Amino acid sequence: MNRDIKQAVRHYIEQNFLVGADTPIADGDSLLQLQIVDSTGFLELVNFVESSFGVKVDDEEMVPENLETLDNIDAFVRRKLAAA
Amino acid sequence: MAKLPELDYAAEADRIGERLRHLVFNELHRRGMVVAMSGGIDSSCCAALAVRALGKDRVFGLLLPERDSSGVSSRLGKQLAEHLGIAHTLHDITPALEALGCYASQVEALKRTIPEFGPGWKFKLAISDAMGGKVSITKVVAEDPQGQRIEKRLPAADYLQIVAATNFKQRIRKNLEYYHADRLNYVCTGTPNRLEYDQGFFVKNGDGAADVKPIAHLYKTQVYGMARFLGLPEALTTTTPTTDTFSLPQGQDEFYFQLPYPQMDLALWHLNEGKPACELATELGCDEAAAQRIYANILAKRRTTAYLHAAPLLAVPVPGFH
Repeated sequence: MNRDIKQAVRHYIEQNFLVGADTPIADGDSLLQLQIVDSTGFLELVNFVESSFGVKVDDEEMVPENLETLDNIDAFVRRKLAAA
Repeated sequence: MAKLPELDYAAEADRIGERLRHLVFNELHRRGMVVAMSGGIDSSCCAALAVRALGKDRVFGLLLPERDSSGVSSRLGKQLAEHLGIAHTLHDITPALEALGCYASQVEALKRTIPEFGPGWKFKLAISDAMGGKVSITKVVAEDPQGQRIEKRLPAADYLQIVAATNFKQRIRKNLEYYHADRLNYVCTGTPNRLEYDQGFFVKNGDGAADVKPIAHLYKTQVYGMARFLGLPEALTTTTPTTDTFSLPQGQDEFYFQLPYPQMDLALWHLNEGKPACELATELGCDEAAAQRIYANILAKRRTTAYLHAAPLLAVPVPGFH
């Protein structure tokens, strides 16, 4: 499961925010700066992360360091799972 | 704090008046303007400019409260209509909203996060602090009948349902505005200021729909200046802007804009004038990184609300039409 975090999030983003796009997202791409995910999108993304990986994202954790890139999300979810 | 460059309000009012006369009479071939007056500074200013441009006999005012409106809004709207000497009518849109399920849909979505939400409760939506470098997220603030408040993050689907249900309010108002515009052969007036227009703070086909928008080029600070120049009642020129949309009072800056309007005006003006973030930082008294985040937020809102500005797109262009 842990191994698949990044792939699952990537698939979710591609299916919901990049429909019809030709360019895949790289692990370090900024979802904010590349205009892939807006504020409502982050709400959806956090819902997805919480429901898919069984973690609770606190308000103070909703910072770019945790959510801005696939790398960041992957590392954040792993930290949350390790701490659980 | 620094201010925007002063505007020559007399010259600006003349310029707007000339344009309104041309647009209404010559381009759109209508006989007057319908203005829905919320009691806020923007619609008040538009109504006064319309009267200045076309005369009071060619402007029709509408007061369109619903059950979540503050009583103050209708009172101020009526005060303005009487001050301007224009024909006006009040139409409470609560029954229409009830029939459409606006309130029921809001409560249905709220109850999934706050099961105890019910009669006597009030709520509003608020954005988390985008200035602190967090990802900007909307939350619900609910207040029970005893005045105890709770604040929770909503699932995206419920947030969107609440917004969609709430948008009935602006769209029903626009229905009534066009009813009167059609009846009188008038145009319908949109009342956004520059901040709202630029940042997409309107409901598509709701308050965003209009035939003319007299003050979309004026920063909010300038709208206040214009209102004072036009001699509007002091009660109107000294109020703090609210959305007057949810059952709990909600400032525009806590729902949509990341800063109070004087600072937002400055930020948008600096960006539009091509000023670097360090200059904005000096004006606002914040560090450069915060100013850069403000610029980024403004640009992000422009991108995400481009859809609201977009006219219907034709799959295949039709010759002879834009």
